[in-house]
Amino acid sequence: MAGKITALTMPKWGLAMTEGKVVAWNVHEGAEVAAGQGIVEVETEKITNLCEAPVSGVLCRRVAKEGDTLPVGALIGVIADASVPSEEIERFVQEFRLDTSGVAETEAEPLRANSVTVNGRPLRYLKMGEAGGFPIVLLHGLGGDLNNWLFNQPVLAQKHTVYALDLPGHGGSSKEVGSGDVSAMTAAVVGFFDALGIERAHLVGHSLGGAVALAVVLEHPRRVATVTLISPAGLGPELDASYVEAFIEAERRREMKTVLGKLFANPEIVSNEMVNNVLKYKRLEGVKAALSTIAAAILRDGKQAVVLRDRLSEVSAPVQVIWGKQDSIVPPSHAQGLPGAVPVHLLAGAGHMAHLEQPQEVNRLIEQLVGRA
Amino acid sequence: MRRDPRVILMGEDVAGGMGAPGEQDAWGGPLGVTKGLMPEFGRERVLDTPISESAFIGAAVGAAATGLRPVADLMFIDFMGVCFDQILNQAAKLRYMFGGKATVPVVIRTMFGAGFRAASQHSQGLYPLFAHIPGLKVVIPSSPYEAKGLMTQAIRDDDPVIFCEHKAMYDDQEEVPDEPYAIPFGEANLTREGDDVTIVAIGRMVKFANEVADKLEKQGISCAVIDPRTISPLDDRTIIESVEETGRCVVVDEASPRCGMAADIAALVAQNAFEALKAPVKMVTPPHTPVPFSPALEDVYIPGPAQIEAAVRAVTERV
Repeated sequence: MAGKITALTMPKWGLAMTEGKVVAWNVHEGAEVAAGQGIVEVETEKITNLCEAPVSGVLCRRVAKEGDTLPVGALIGVIADASVPSEEIERFVQEFRLDTSGVAETEAEPLRANSVTVNGRPLRYLKMGEAGGFPIVLLHGLGGDLNNWLFNQPVLAQKHTVYALDLPGHGGSSKEVGSGDVSAMTAAVVGFFDALGIERAHLVGHSLGGAVALAVVLEHPRRVATVTLISPAGLGPELDASYVEAFIEAERRREMKTVLGKLFANPEIVSNEMVNNVLKYKRLEGVKAALSTIAAAILRDGKQAVVLRDRLSEVSAPVQVIWGKQDSIVPPSHAQGLPGAVPVHLLAGAGHMAHLEQPQEVNRLIEQLVGRA
Repeated sequence: MRRDPRVILMGEDVAGGMGAPGEQDAWGGPLGVTKGLMPEFGRERVLDTPISESAFIGAAVGAAATGLRPVADLMFIDFMGVCFDQILNQAAKLRYMFGGKATVPVVIRTMFGAGFRAASQHSQGLYPLFAHIPGLKVVIPSSPYEAKGLMTQAIRDDDPVIFCEHKAMYDDQEEVPDEPYAIPFGEANLTREGDDVTIVAIGRMVKFANEVADKLEKQGISCAVIDPRTISPLDDRTIIESVEETGRCVVVDEASPRCGMAADIAALVAQNAFEALKAPVKMVTPPHTPVPFSPALEDVYIPGPAQIEAAVRAVTERV
């Protein structure tokens, strides 16, 4: 009988999350829920997101009340088949509480980023999941890091091995970026594949990481199973170059908050924690120089220097493009009239960071493409 | 010191006092903060000084004015009194009086704070004295991450910096990047976001304020916590803007209350955010007495989470 009862627990979004606050339940007790449906809104220091039902069934108990702050791994709800008697659910809740007094500590420990030497320079990455098949490799955009995938990596890792990378010049990777252009980034990604013995992977690239993903599949078609591009660079010349400049220049909290707000359809999503993390990164020695080198290499006269749009037709691996309709950094119009049969998904309620603003939909689309390949 | 050969370290017992037998190491100051620097940089750049603060602070100021970037370790802030002329008449004034042609890039590192059972002459928080003097920059780090980034900035800064470390915080642990980084002066850190009360806390008090904010958040009182990082220059804009949003302000400082930072910040808020205030500004400080030697009294003397929580409750209970 136990198999019919599933615990809905406090998720762990990102390396630093130890607890979350239940803001609002979107579903009543006793309601039918579908696997993947966002049923409860959870707020962390970084960001607020919907927590999904892990399975389909009836939401029998809303264990956590709205306003409760609970450690990662704590029970927030119970989903079961309609046939499970309520005494059994009650027992499940009691036993879960007894079992997991130390959830946060045990959960937090194994999740640590690693570093590998690629082309003589350290490259940081975070691995999640231990599944067979080709792994998924996530590539962030300019100024980002592996934590940008906090809502995507744990979900995708349920069925796949998922690596999130810090591109050269970013996060915990070396701040030596060489030429800093798309080819240098591409070489680092392929070097990472070689270092970890990854023969072939599904690539997911955001913004600059999208252009890099595209360059990897063009240069090394055998190494790439599928490509998901989220608001990618490289599909057209336009972009908001003033954003790139402002991001590199901003050194203070207030300026940075305004700059980061441009990334989202809803700028309110930018929390103090998010701003602090970006500032901490930007203060590191060598970061400003690295970002300036990259920006100089990928921009020319306020436009994108590398446009790979016409070469999309050369790609035989399945490619999809995801774009937030309110993206004000790289225009969604670049997704129009793409060569070949590249499916395009325009997401409402998302700006440049669709994977942070509409993670459920982005995760579903990635799963779908990866599953088909 | 690796980056810039002009950076030297000087002070009492920074190069002397060997470590264990057979080990070529110095004490690195009374609490071992600079341990490891003498073996790497040698006695040319890590200098022991006589127990004469006025002499070696004066030497550091002169060295700074003539091209070095000295970091002078003045054990306890309580001993600053004897070298005040060097600090407030020389270091603080040279740049101004020479029309910007001279700079004094000296850092004076010092320990402060109660809780060490070290009695009245080794436990004070005298940093407001330095904030009072134009021409000095005064830094009070609140965590290991802050200490590293602010020290880097202090050494690179062209003005005299008084760097005040709370002696009860040397065992604090936190994730700190291996790479160098500098935190700019004059920018407060918002350590907690909140809507109901603004807590401005200094140094070790930031940790207590964060604890209180986390506890009260669960009880429905949302506190913003501001760590000014540098009390001179002071980021008044961040404080005022926060109080304009919350309408309530609690200032927490371990220094004596009269003519201190708590009173200064309270006045700043009263002058600039009066219309927004829903309750009087509350100060959480020790009483205006010397730091007691009796452990029982010393524990009562130091402000802690309980006093901060009481103050926050007091300002939120007024509607």
